[in-house]
Amino acid sequence: MLSYQILSTIRLGIKSLLLHKLRSGLTMLGIIFGVCSVIAMLAIGEGASYEAQEAIKKLGSNNILVRSLKPPEASRQQGGGGPGPRGLSLKYGLTYADAARLQQTIPGVKYVVPMRIIRENVRFGRNEVPCQVIGTLPVYTEVTQVDVLRGRFLTDLDELYKNNVCVITAGLARRLFPTEDPMQHSVKIDAFYYRVVGIIQETGKAEQRTQTGPMEGQPLDNNAYIPLSTSRTRFGEVLIRRMAGSIEAEEVQLHQVTVQMEDTAAVQTADPQIRTLLKRFHDQNDYELIVPLELLRQAEATKRRFNIVLGSIAAISLLVGGIGIMNIMLANVTERTREIGVRRALGAKRRDITLQFLVETVVLSVGGGLIGVAVGMLTPVVVSMATDMKTIVTLWSVLVAFGISGAVGIIFGLYPARAAALLDPIEALRHE
Amino acid sequence: MNSVASLPASHPTPAASPAGAGDGRPIIELQAIHKIYALGEEAQVHALRGVDLAITAGSYLAIMGPSGSGKSTLLNLLGCLDRPTAGRYYLGGEDVSQMNDDQLSEVRGRRIGFIFQSYNLIPQLSVLENIQVPLLYQGLDLRAYEDRCVELARLVGLGDRLHHRPNQLSGGQQQRVAIARSLVNDPLMILADEPTGNLDSKTGAEVLDLIDRLNHQGKTIVLVTHDDRVASRAHRVIHMRDGLIDREVINRTAPSVPTPAHA
Repeated sequence: MLSYQILSTIRLGIKSLLLHKLRSGLTMLGIIFGVCSVIAMLAIGEGASYEAQEAIKKLGSNNILVRSLKPPEASRQQGGGGPGPRGLSLKYGLTYADAARLQQTIPGVKYVVPMRIIRENVRFGRNEVPCQVIGTLPVYTEVTQVDVLRGRFLTDLDELYKNNVCVITAGLARRLFPTEDPMQHSVKIDAFYYRVVGIIQETGKAEQRTQTGPMEGQPLDNNAYIPLSTSRTRFGEVLIRRMAGSIEAEEVQLHQVTVQMEDTAAVQTADPQIRTLLKRFHDQNDYELIVPLELLRQAEATKRRFNIVLGSIAAISLLVGGIGIMNIMLANVTERTREIGVRRALGAKRRDITLQFLVETVVLSVGGGLIGVAVGMLTPVVVSMATDMKTIVTLWSVLVAFGISGAVGIIFGLYPARAAALLDPIEALRHE
Repeated sequence: MNSVASLPASHPTPAASPAGAGDGRPIIELQAIHKIYALGEEAQVHALRGVDLAITAGSYLAIMGPSGSGKSTLLNLLGCLDRPTAGRYYLGGEDVSQMNDDQLSEVRGRRIGFIFQSYNLIPQLSVLENIQVPLLYQGLDLRAYEDRCVELARLVGLGDRLHHRPNQLSGGQQQRVAIARSLVNDPLMILADEPTGNLDSKTGAEVLDLIDRLNHQGKTIVLVTHDDRVASRAHRVIHMRDGLIDREVINRTAPSVPTPAHA
């Protein structure tokens, strides 16, 4: 009975709104845009932070990355070209001793994986692919997730005998050996030949990752791994890079050391310890610490802040939409004063009139909300297709946006509805 | 529903008239009704200065008078759209002069049928839905009353236009929808405010014939008009002047049996 009356009131509300289709449509637009923008923006934000978090997680939340950094003073001196200060090569970064000290001193360390990363072209026959030649230890596989597709990864014996062997990534294998089996061949890096002993695949979409920023030196799809000892003997300690006519010589022992801790709790205690330890042996600021766990926390904090900003924008746009609705409903009340008078004369109580106009407002805002949800869920899909950005529409954002649109209808509908109900029936009937 | 003491049926009133066509028991009784409008700090308009009036069931009453005579105010009070400043108004034995807004709405919805000069149909509703409006506010399930509403539409000659909108109908047709609407709650009294004011004389006559027929079937009609010819159809004509009933004419020549409607 009651539901029947509410239903017929809603039907009446829709009928009254359809009387002014354009006006109702335009009014709804405010809410549609508000709801749509909330859902779409949150979806894009959610997608972006999800990607960032995935990338950080890939670094390993138990890991601490220590990376060599060209000290800012040195790069200024190098500005003039020439091979470093006073003709000497520029010496900076982490040393083999650092790696050993980290392993021995810091409690809770599980593995310490040193890496030398050299940019060099890898050649096979006429194929030449620029890639990162990474000199590292066999424990590398413990710290980074890799799938050995064929053959094997580096072994302790390779390290011990400074073997000229390499393990290449699947992507590199595809580019270098389009037609042949890489396992039968050797590739040429710089002046030496290395036998391919294994093909590995980095898990995840490694190919899309950038080579700069915090992800630098991380497994890309164009990597060749060789034993650390081989890297030291074949490339030497001084790395000479020729670029645009000038020669740049640097002496960097290790580009990166990945320290894997027992668990995430150990990461927190080890972080300051590692900083203190390194500070003692480095008189210049030529390294940086990357703590993925910390980054993850920061990413989450950023996301929270981002959500607050988006929430405020959304709230404002819905507020504007609500004011639009209120404006139209007030005009509606004035225009339909006569109708209100007639209804009152025919027995409508004040609350019947209040309900009628409130229902109309809610129909407007909830209708707008529904359309907004539909458009808002569609927009991220389009954005994803057009820009390769990942988007995630969360259920709560849809519910919140829709809920707010309903609430806006009630809040901004109350005043016009009340104004309609308080009209004097005699005056209303006489209204032209 | 209402705790106000009901009026004894035999309550004598000065204005009681023997001209009623019903059983002589007044269903509407005004006692010393005053209505004062406050215009500002000091200014007041004394619109009604102690009106006494009794209307028996089944009577056909016309109220006439120049503008400013208190005619409209009286109509508003009779229609329970307003409350008197002083005096008593008994409608069907209930004292409605002290009721609050919700109670008055209830009384309007149940006991009074309104016919307006400008029809006042609700534009977004069909003929049938317009007829149903008074039932809506009594919390009734309209589906149960649909047959009755269709019957009423047929009675006023619009049985074939149930789903038309008011703007698809002529003035006379709209007014007939309004008459059907005024009947749907089976009211004690039908209040008609210049029902033919917006109609040409031919359609006006048709509408008046319809009202005559309703009276003949026992409905109590109160009609406000400027037009002597309209008033001449009533059994009893009240002339208002300066907030009082100036004179009252019992119309013996009014046709006791109305001419059949042409529609």
